[in-house]
Amino acid sequence: MLRFLLLFSRQGKLRLQKWFTPLSDREKKKVIRDMMMLVLPRLPRTCNFLHWKDLKIVYKRYASLYFCAGLEDQDNELLALEVLHRYVELLDKYFGNVCELDIIFNFEKAYFILDEFLMGGEILETSRFAVGVSMEEADTLQETMEEYMSKPAY
Amino acid sequence: MSDVVEKTLTALPSLLSLDSQPGSAKLSTNSKLGNLIRGITELTSKHEEEKLIQRELLSIKEQVSSPNTTMRQMKELMVRTIYCEMLGYQASFSYIHAIKLAQQGNVLEKRVGYLAVSLFLDESHELLLLLVNTVLKDLQSTNLIEVCMALTVVSQMFPKDMIPAILPLVEEKLSHSKEIIRRKAVLALYKFYLIAPNQVQHIHNKFRKALCDKDPGVMSASLHIYLQLIQENPEGYKDLTVSFVTILKQVVAGKLPMDFNYHCVPAPWLQIHLLRILSLLGKNDQSTSEIMYEILDESLRRAEMNHNITYAILYECVKCIYTIHPKSDLLEKAAKCIGNFVLSSRINLKYLGLKALTYVVQQDPKLVLQHQMTIIECLDHPDLIIKRETLELLFRITNAQNVTVIVEKMLDFLRVSKDDHTTIDLVGKVAELAEKYATDNEWFIETMNTVFSVGGDMMQPDIPNSFLKLLLDGFDSVEEDRKLRLFAVNSYISLLQGEPSRLPQRFLQVISWVLGEYSHLNGDLEPDVVLRLLAKLLDMKSSSSETKSWVLMAMTKLCSGGAALSVAREVSETYGSSMDTMLRQRAQELQHLSQDSQLQTRVLPQSSSQEAVEVDSSLSFLDWFVSEALAAGAAPYKPPHQRQEEMSRSKALSLEPYGLSLPISMSSCSVADRQSPTLLSMSSGLSGDSTELSHKGSSTTLKLDGVKRVWGREGYLAQREPEEEAAQVETPAPLQSPSQQGDKDSSHSQAPTPTQTPESEQEKQQLASSLFVGLASQSSASLMGKSEQTSQRFRRKARSPDKSLSSSEQLTNPLGSPSSGADNLLLDCSISSELVSAPEQTHLQSLDLTAANSACDAPDGDTKGRKTLSRDDSVSAADVTPHEDPDRPKDLRLASYLPAELSGLSGLPHSEITLVCSNQSLDLSACHVQKDDSLEFVVFIKNSSDTSVHQVQVQVSCEELEVSCVCDSPAEELKSHSVTVCQYRLTVKRPSVYFELAGVVHYQLPAGSLQTEQFSHKLPLKSFIRPLAVSTEDYGTMWLAFSHDTKQNLPLLSDEQEPLTATLNVLKKKLQLHVVEIIGKEGIVACCLRPDQPCLLHCREHAGMLAVWLRSPVPDLPDCLLYHCQRALRER
Repeated sequence: MLRFLLLFSRQGKLRLQKWFTPLSDREKKKVIRDMMMLVLPRLPRTCNFLHWKDLKIVYKRYASLYFCAGLEDQDNELLALEVLHRYVELLDKYFGNVCELDIIFNFEKAYFILDEFLMGGEILETSRFAVGVSMEEADTLQETMEEYMSKPAY
Repeated sequence: MSDVVEKTLTALPSLLSLDSQPGSAKLSTNSKLGNLIRGITELTSKHEEEKLIQRELLSIKEQVSSPNTTMRQMKELMVRTIYCEMLGYQASFSYIHAIKLAQQGNVLEKRVGYLAVSLFLDESHELLLLLVNTVLKDLQSTNLIEVCMALTVVSQMFPKDMIPAILPLVEEKLSHSKEIIRRKAVLALYKFYLIAPNQVQHIHNKFRKALCDKDPGVMSASLHIYLQLIQENPEGYKDLTVSFVTILKQVVAGKLPMDFNYHCVPAPWLQIHLLRILSLLGKNDQSTSEIMYEILDESLRRAEMNHNITYAILYECVKCIYTIHPKSDLLEKAAKCIGNFVLSSRINLKYLGLKALTYVVQQDPKLVLQHQMTIIECLDHPDLIIKRETLELLFRITNAQNVTVIVEKMLDFLRVSKDDHTTIDLVGKVAELAEKYATDNEWFIETMNTVFSVGGDMMQPDIPNSFLKLLLDGFDSVEEDRKLRLFAVNSYISLLQGEPSRLPQRFLQVISWVLGEYSHLNGDLEPDVVLRLLAKLLDMKSSSSETKSWVLMAMTKLCSGGAALSVAREVSETYGSSMDTMLRQRAQELQHLSQDSQLQTRVLPQSSSQEAVEVDSSLSFLDWFVSEALAAGAAPYKPPHQRQEEMSRSKALSLEPYGLSLPISMSSCSVADRQSPTLLSMSSGLSGDSTELSHKGSSTTLKLDGVKRVWGREGYLAQREPEEEAAQVETPAPLQSPSQQGDKDSSHSQAPTPTQTPESEQEKQQLASSLFVGLASQSSASLMGKSEQTSQRFRRKARSPDKSLSSSEQLTNPLGSPSSGADNLLLDCSISSELVSAPEQTHLQSLDLTAANSACDAPDGDTKGRKTLSRDDSVSAADVTPHEDPDRPKDLRLASYLPAELSGLSGLPHSEITLVCSNQSLDLSACHVQKDDSLEFVVFIKNSSDTSVHQVQVQVSCEELEVSCVCDSPAEELKSHSVTVCQYRLTVKRPSVYFELAGVVHYQLPAGSLQTEQFSHKLPLKSFIRPLAVSTEDYGTMWLAFSHDTKQNLPLLSDEQEPLTATLNVLKKKLQLHVVEIIGKEGIVACCLRPDQPCLLHCREHAGMLAVWLRSPVPDLPDCLLYHCQRALRER
């Protein structure tokens, strides 16, 4: 089971945080700080797996963004790496060639996608197609489309 | 509908890509969030950011509380608030609005509301109460999205006590027509199962239905629950093995819809889940394992593609193959697979390969040998993670021959590592290895020195404790002990002569203890030199007050006359007025003991320091004090939890009949368990591997006693003596420069150490041969320290360390609550100091205690109290058993004077006849006989003089007892050497742990003078306890009617087959309780003092303890009875 999932930038800015087990605010802040301290200095092409306290940490860098997950002891690291990858794929599918800015400005959408993909720290939906479907149905989608359309920038 | 969605979704990217410029152009110019984000990025300082956010939050606050804000605006505001919170700024004003949004918005707004709630609130937040209604409403909604959202939020943050409110609705969703809903419901229930397993117990059969669901998604979701269930109870689900195997077969064969493929691999998540379940089911079970061999083979074969996800499956497969009952050809394939991992150029795979090797090394050490060169390379890998994992592997293959090299590698790593958690873990492992496989004293002490100085104050507290215990207990040979201790002393002296301020506090404490205890072994060392060195520690600013107490204690042991005295006086003057009570206490001890050498030799006898001190762990020497206090009207002791309970009860009326789980508090059982719970996390191990745990357990609790010692006095032992002298000179400060230390270490190692960048292959070969020595020759069974008796150097004497430990613990809090478990002990500084130096401390302590006792008591109270008590013990032990002891003719003689209805003929046994008072003319003895409704107390008056006495009159009284005279037989004349008997009937007025009978005998000597003699006799409450035969129904009604109660956890006789029954039988036998009924884990027991003084006990097996709840209409009776129950179980 995943314990948490964090997205942060190279500069150490938190972009998304998801906690699958209850933690106090102080603990959360500590985990975030420790993760950044642990992950950011890692050189490229080093191992993607780390230890932190009694958790396994799996991280992966996609462009300027680090995806970092905390796993329980019996979890499979490689599989978690693929969970991160699948999430990126989903984001990519939704945003279309996703970049950090998409996630900054539409972070609530990133959360929604995550909620459809993982539930309580376990994979909910392994089929990429199904996540897309449940992500937005009828009126929700319309709403989104409306938003996109009404924005002059597009 | 979903087709439409799909199409629109696929159209979305193209819609977005209309916008040709990537990145910044996507920022919508008019969105307020966009403005905020851009505003923040333009700022240069943290301070400005703070100001901006505060301003932003202020405006948000204004808007959210305005009644004119629409839900749509609210949604936008909420998104901004989430952003601010993510940046680390509190916006608690918005929480209530988030809930409102979730309640009132349309679907999208609701979604944002739920998101905000799940991000803002944690499980214990009180506002969550407000969410329950919303969730209930949404669960019942006809809109699928709303149901989905409700299920999602429920699985995320729902508090335990609110689960019952929504459980039926979630359960209902298990049979929903949409598979997405079913899937979410299953996962929500899984989450509930994790937080409150007993609440979802009734739906276990519905889980089976989910497992058979036609939708593979729902089925795979249900596997989460099964994995958990099987982990807890593999036996209960063996019947499902075939189903799991079939499912896996279908998955592997690609029978699932293409949707579930991930990079062309069919449902990898599902596969891995199934493999994990199978390994749990097949563990130690040959027949079950046989079912799965085929599919495991198939999985290995199918997973060929070069992709992470196939490797993930392979890794899980390999683990499964090594976990279940072994099959040789599968093992072979798995081994090959591990080889591929280890040899892979991809670092992640290499890492997993090392992990897999660590996992299988117990079964297959040869595999490690095959890859030894790779392992050597990994040892010098630039990535610390790989290095760390390699050390973990080496830790598992350590034996007496390679220990020096491996420990050295570990220490090297420790010096580089910055991570606290790793340091703590590794330090523990080094200490474990050093203790287990130490080759010689010098190496051991120096390794431990490094452990202490590197591990610092972070390391597990039981490392120094067990080190000191090792020194203290010693081994089989006295000479050997002396040498080790002497070496330690010399090494520490030279450390202190260096720069002690750099050493961690824990190390200083160890040093001061060792010096205090053993510095006399070095004849050349003047005590005052040691004292000066220690005094230097006191003056250091960095020393904590705990360290100072250790130092003072060490000084107390050392100050024996001469120049030492002046140092001691100086120090005790300085600290005698310290604000720290602990320090002041120690300083006072130092002062008094240094002035009174006689007292010092009594308190701290040097020669006997190695003998175990007999400690009365039940504190029975205080019983008289307790009973006197109780007799004087003091309230009986109540443990804190009970007091709290009573307080809360007095506030609110509790109508709940039962069902609370009692806190486990009694130390009586936990003291035996010396290990702290943190110990388990001390060495991070492989996942869920129980053999590893047991291995750890055995190594820390040292099951080494009673093993024949083979490693002996030949070889290095003979050579060492001259070396020791040299070492003392040559190691002025071995810890100051790590590199220096490292060099020295390497000189002991059996092979040259490779430098940081090993250039020559030969060097590596050499290292390999020293690392993997002993692996090839030995059978696999002798790895993992399972049968390493032959090479064990430090073997502790069988001296039941647990016992002495537990007793010292009991002593340290003689009057206080016994509930502080051994766990706290290890952490508690003040007590842990006592713990380590048990023998000396117990001396001091018992001295303190006796002083305290006599202070509270009458002048002669102390010794007399003990005496009567010990006598009383024998009485109570022999309470019920009839006495036909041939060695005691006097008893027999007196027994013949027993009144007819009480004598042996009546079938009622009498207690041992004890002498209660004696003078030149009279001997008074007493005994008691238990009758059904009372206790008969018989006093025998024997004229021991040669002349007769007259007018003998006896009066017996007791405050708590009703004493009625049955037969006074006031003999007018008691002839020389004749006996008369008085008999009293006793019933309980007010319960007490012990009843003190006060008696007076008046008599007249022939000379005519009237004499009076006083005597006392003590009766335990248990003599008055009678079984109370009631039915279960009566018990129920009585239970509700009684008002005085007590709860306590008692030790359970867990070594018996049926612990509860066995424990209750002991109570029944010893205290004559009546066991009414035993139902499962609960038992009800009843007894009474008089028919109108019943006491009911409700016993429950709970977490290895016996949770007892006593109720009675008589005040104090539960407490007093509890006391006897405790003793009965302890004395068993």
